[in-house]
Amino acid sequence: MDLGILWYLVPSVLMFACGVYGFVTRKNLIAILISLELMLNAADLNFVAFNRYLFPGMMEGMVFTLFAIAIAAAETAIAIAIIINIYRVVGNTDINEVTKMKF
Amino acid sequence: MDSVGNIILYFIVAISMLVFSVMAVTSKKILRAATYLLFVLLSTAVFYFQLGYQFLGAVQIAVYAGGIMVLFVFSILLTHRPDDTSGSIESHRRVAGVCGSILGAALLLFALFSMPVTPEGGSLIGVLQAGPDITMKMIGETLLSTEKYHYLLPFEAVSVLLLACIIGGVVVARKR
Repeated sequence: MDLGILWYLVPSVLMFACGVYGFVTRKNLIAILISLELMLNAADLNFVAFNRYLFPGMMEGMVFTLFAIAIAAAETAIAIAIIINIYRVVGNTDINEVTKMKF
Repeated sequence: MDSVGNIILYFIVAISMLVFSVMAVTSKKILRAATYLLFVLLSTAVFYFQLGYQFLGAVQIAVYAGGIMVLFVFSILLTHRPDDTSGSIESHRRVAGVCGSILGAALLLFALFSMPVTPEGGSLIGVLQAGPDITMKMIGETLLSTEKYHYLLPFEAVSVLLLACIIGGVVVARKR
């Protein structure tokens, strides 16, 4: 039995679907951010699997994943700063309460 | 042909990854959701190790499990009182979420399994070819030189982005 590329892409698809579900249904800002991390992680896994199976002599997918991880870290830090600021102003982190910037 | 131990490890990691992803988006308590996310990230790191990218797996553990998760736990503890049950993360729009994610997953899986096999012998679903070992020297040269397929400019752009992120984080989150 061999582990082909689909063995890595199928878990990635299912993880992405979980992320979409959480992104739509969660009400808390930090929980939404957690779902976002799931989706980013699924995309990273795709990059690495395609790189390893289609172009084993090159490193483009790996380098893209490295940059994606760095950018995800920056994005998470800024998002958490914004969430803490919202918590100071509004008093909780429920998305239904954060309507000041809606229109 | 993969060894039996490799396949057993694959199944353990894949099943734990799927179970913990589902739990991370359905758990009622947000601190538990963050912990389940940590397990998903560690399983992904094991996949990277299994595919032969040791440096990437180490980066995944160090940056995600070490950095981002600590940020998550800090912010959860800053914005939630442990004894407060009213601020739960109860789900809403559950039907839309289930429909959207199942439709999306079905579409993606259909696209994956109807994927055409590449002309020269089915490398897309074929076995893993032995790639060269990726040494730290190769990674360093790829990230820090300017030839074709080398990435000095994006590397510097990421460093500027991180600087902007530090300043932005301080400015956004400071007390007025």
